[in-house]
Amino acid sequence: MNSTHTFLSTPPFIESLIKKKILGKLMLILLAAVVVWRMGTALVENPSLFLQQVINGLQLGFVYALIALGYTMVYGIVRLINFAHGDVFMVGAFMSFYAISRLQLHTWPSKLFPNMNSMLSVGIGSITVVILSMIVCALMAITIERVAYKPLRSAARISALITAIGVSFFLEYFGALPFVFSANYITYKRPFEVTTWVANGEGVQTLARGIEVPANSVIFSNIAVLIIVASIILMVLLQYTVTRTKIGKAMRAVAYDKQTAQLMGINVNMIISITFAIGAALAGAAGMLYAIAFPQVVFWMGIIPGLKSFVAAVLGGIGSIPGALVGALIMGQAETLSAAYISTPMRDAIAFSILIIVLLVRPTGIFGEATREKA
Amino acid sequence: MFKKIDRNKLIFFGGLIGFYLVIQVLQLMGIVTSFLSTILSMGTVLAIVSLGLNLIYGFNGQFSLGQWGFYAIGAYSAADITYRWSNNQDTSALLVLLFSVILVGGAIMILYRTLSRLRGLDALSAFVIYLLATFGFVFLSIKLGGLLTPAMNSALGALPEWLSFTIVYILAVLIAGLVAAEISFLFGLPVLTLGSDYFGIATLGFSIIVKVLLDNSDTLLGFEEMKGARGMIGIPKVDDWGWFAVFAFFMIVVVVTRNLLHSSFGRAIISVREDEIAAKAMGIDVGFYKTLTFVIGSLFAGLAGGLYAHVNAFLHPDTFNFIRSFDPLIVVVLGGLGSMTGTIFASYAYLLVVEWLLRQILPPGFENWRFVVFPVILLIMMLLKPNGLFGNFEMPFLRQLLPPLKKKPAAEAAAAPQEAAQ
Amino acid sequence: MKTRFAFFVVLIAALVLAACQPGAAGGTIKISVLAPMSGQVATFGDSTAKGVQLAAEEWNAKGGIDGKTIEVVVKDSQCSADPAVNAMNQVVGEGGKFVIGEVCSSASIPVSEIAEANKIIQISPTSTNTTVTLNADGSTKQFVFRACFIDPFQGKVMAKFAAEQGHTTAFIMFDQGNDYVRGLAENFEKAFVEAGGTILGKETYTKNDTDFSAILTKVADSKAEVLYLPDYYNIVNLVGAQAKEKGVTAVMMGGDGWDSADLDVTAAEGGFFSNHYSPEDTRPIVQSWVAAYQKKYDGKTPDALATLGYDAANLLFAAIDQADTSEDTAKIAETLAAIEYEAVSGKITFDAQHNPVKSAVVLAVKDGKVSFSASVAP
Repeated sequence: MNSTHTFLSTPPFIESLIKKKILGKLMLILLAAVVVWRMGTALVENPSLFLQQVINGLQLGFVYALIALGYTMVYGIVRLINFAHGDVFMVGAFMSFYAISRLQLHTWPSKLFPNMNSMLSVGIGSITVVILSMIVCALMAITIERVAYKPLRSAARISALITAIGVSFFLEYFGALPFVFSANYITYKRPFEVTTWVANGEGVQTLARGIEVPANSVIFSNIAVLIIVASIILMVLLQYTVTRTKIGKAMRAVAYDKQTAQLMGINVNMIISITFAIGAALAGAAGMLYAIAFPQVVFWMGIIPGLKSFVAAVLGGIGSIPGALVGALIMGQAETLSAAYISTPMRDAIAFSILIIVLLVRPTGIFGEATREKA
Repeated sequence: MFKKIDRNKLIFFGGLIGFYLVIQVLQLMGIVTSFLSTILSMGTVLAIVSLGLNLIYGFNGQFSLGQWGFYAIGAYSAADITYRWSNNQDTSALLVLLFSVILVGGAIMILYRTLSRLRGLDALSAFVIYLLATFGFVFLSIKLGGLLTPAMNSALGALPEWLSFTIVYILAVLIAGLVAAEISFLFGLPVLTLGSDYFGIATLGFSIIVKVLLDNSDTLLGFEEMKGARGMIGIPKVDDWGWFAVFAFFMIVVVVTRNLLHSSFGRAIISVREDEIAAKAMGIDVGFYKTLTFVIGSLFAGLAGGLYAHVNAFLHPDTFNFIRSFDPLIVVVLGGLGSMTGTIFASYAYLLVVEWLLRQILPPGFENWRFVVFPVILLIMMLLKPNGLFGNFEMPFLRQLLPPLKKKPAAEAAAAPQEAAQ
Repeated sequence: MKTRFAFFVVLIAALVLAACQPGAAGGTIKISVLAPMSGQVATFGDSTAKGVQLAAEEWNAKGGIDGKTIEVVVKDSQCSADPAVNAMNQVVGEGGKFVIGEVCSSASIPVSEIAEANKIIQISPTSTNTTVTLNADGSTKQFVFRACFIDPFQGKVMAKFAAEQGHTTAFIMFDQGNDYVRGLAENFEKAFVEAGGTILGKETYTKNDTDFSAILTKVADSKAEVLYLPDYYNIVNLVGAQAKEKGVTAVMMGGDGWDSADLDVTAAEGGFFSNHYSPEDTRPIVQSWVAAYQKKYDGKTPDALATLGYDAANLLFAAIDQADTSEDTAKIAETLAAIEYEAVSGKITFDAQHNPVKSAVVLAVKDGKVSFSASVAP
């Protein structure tokens, strides 16, 4: 395709159009206009329903955000797409299931201090369970990192990726064995009762069971509140760790340049392990929150949320913590709103189309570094 | 003419034909059970898909996870053609797709020549132009196909049944490959501008979008016979000579790939893998070679899909989900990036181990353990041989027949795929 | 060079030779059960296999069929098309002649194609979709039978029941990739509209979905009185739990997929579903079956799947016995088509499409228990 002899024939006005990349932009603008129009009419038709769907999307988006952080941190440091991360999330959900249903761990404060306020005791009990599953996941991630990824750190990146896929298969099918988690659907027992509130012009009241939602109001449950609050707390903690502490500084240094970091006296292996552990701990917490929201646990439950969170991390710019949050919230809204207003069966296709389109416009994601060293 | 065929080539092709004959004889003797011969067919199909991916990733360095999506497209296109013919004596799918691939293919070639004159045209705008042209020609093909279907129905109907079916089948497989190739061109055009990991993720997204579309093929796309997420049944099974057809296509793919790699095309794509900027400096049109490699790789995936549809006679979108899309990647990496024989060997080994060997070794009732043992094998393989079984060499004892593509010291050659992957 | 190539050929030959397996032993009749022993609905497979095994033990205790002992082989087909086809291909490879299964329609349909092509008798205990026993051109498959009633009937039963309860509006949710769920949903819709009701909305999902909040928000917004969800218990558990949180007040109704020990009764509280049999039935054959099952399996009450597995196996054994052959499957199929058999789930005769003619029951989920609510005749 040698074109040296032909470029004299382009008329100048077409050339100026080409320089403005007019056609591609036109297509994107058209697509955006269709989406905005559809959402706009939906909002005008029934604002409370639209708001309700946005709340549903937020709930989902914040869970994705917690998982996405693990992907983004690991990728930022070792440039590995850790496909086993979704399965760590699954293990987190199962750990909290065992802690609640088998060990009754969430009831220990009320057993020790029978006079304690019930809200407080359930709160402390649940926090214990979350911390337990976070620790289990963190330990598991460190083991996986040491056994499967560390020996391959100097090999080609693709070898580590294949290993990650292998670890993911292993966790799933080992978990599916009858004496581990079993391959059955298991109903997850929530550690607390669900309360639903109605919010409208007259304020906020609790919604009793079997009562219809009044018109022009939105409802939200304590589950949505819990997920959003817990996610924000964990993310603020993470952001603080990464930007304000010594370990965070070391992590950033390792991400920037491993060899130089080592020369500066940073224990690179330990920092990488810590990164894996923090990511896994967040996934463990996300596992419990997800299981509370969608109360069923099964060995493959990590695959789909894992994939979507990974996509969210890429969407936001992989390696960036605020990017992971923004990407996850976009994924949550894309999924819920396309299920609500465009097409339920196509919602995954729409979410992935958004990913591809965002990558075409911003090749490194929304918050990705604009100039990236040659891959 | 015959002077050009040297002894090495004779041994190479003799070996392939010999392999085929040995299997054939064993099948006649009943030593190869139907279960095992299914695995062999599937292994051959997987080898074709993986050879395509090896071309894209191993030789050209484009980390693609979209191979499975093109495989799915090929499978469903071919299945629809033969389904309509064998169940309803209807050639509409054949004609519409045939006209589409010819017209769209022609349009793409002409447009490519025209558009390459417009310097500075961005990929997205070019994509819009191609997309509009494709829509136009597909629409035209639907009209044309509708006009000619009755004539074609009676023309093919006049032939003996075996002959007409053979024609439809071979055309279906070829069309499947071309459909996949043309879609890969359209999709690759904007997406190939992305960096390596981002390209991988975008192609993974493509695979998932294809899977979701197939889930809804009966409701949203309007292909009743595909039955969406319920799985397509009633595809004619090519039983008696199916294995022959699969192997014949496999031979063609091997020969084409081998010759391509030993031509200036092969040297160009490898230079793109090694260093894009240096390749560009040498006057190689990087974008063109990336796109062409991607299209050829997808063409193979489409062909393999068409073959798979008629080996299995049953298609289900779950076969094409994103977890299975790692299969060709695992095969290519296990065999060694940039090693054709490695890929072929790994395809058979992969299926034999997962589907047959582990079933034999594990005691009954422990079938669930297959996928617990397999990842462990995979892990050990990766730890022991991070560059795959054959590195980026051809099979060691065939090395004299198929010389390594790069004349480099061994240590340097082993390091090459790492750089390419990073 | 030559030796190396020869080594390669020998290696392949050795691999191929190792594939040879000894054939099946004589003097037994091998029955393959295709059922989900792992995966999403493993309890279905477990119950079905237990029912078949109990039937086989009873026949073997009586001396087998014409002196031949019955051997039951359970194959895990995971309730989904892909593994079911693989398992069925294995049965074909082993020269099996009798198959009981699959439990789920979506898996039974592809299996039935293979059974029909290879002249293997297939009795599905619980696949209720019409196309299981029908060819693509609408004719009946010669070798395929079932032991349960079909989807149009179950959908109609629930629509009739809903209308009798005074409900006039309904919302339907179904898994579009599942023939069984689709069949029930379509037939419910038709019968409910015929009975004067209105369908306020229809939404589809896929079997791997866990987040139903967007759909359930629409259900709550539509203010429908009935939410028809004819899926399996795992989906019912998920949807039920989320529905309460999203302010859905509609009564949930479903089909026999709900029937499982793992149904979350708090999530499905207030719901109704159609089923094949109730252990509260007083007929002697039911009571003796319940007693036999409880004796064998630690006092567990048999569910519908175990019962239908038991019925399917008994039907097959009775037909083999009456046909006086365990080889000629065409003759056995003929005998089955004309059989009249007093089974636990009712007296079974087959109609022209190889569907049994018998009645259905509606069960209610109330106060954390599943109890008998009504009986609906064909």
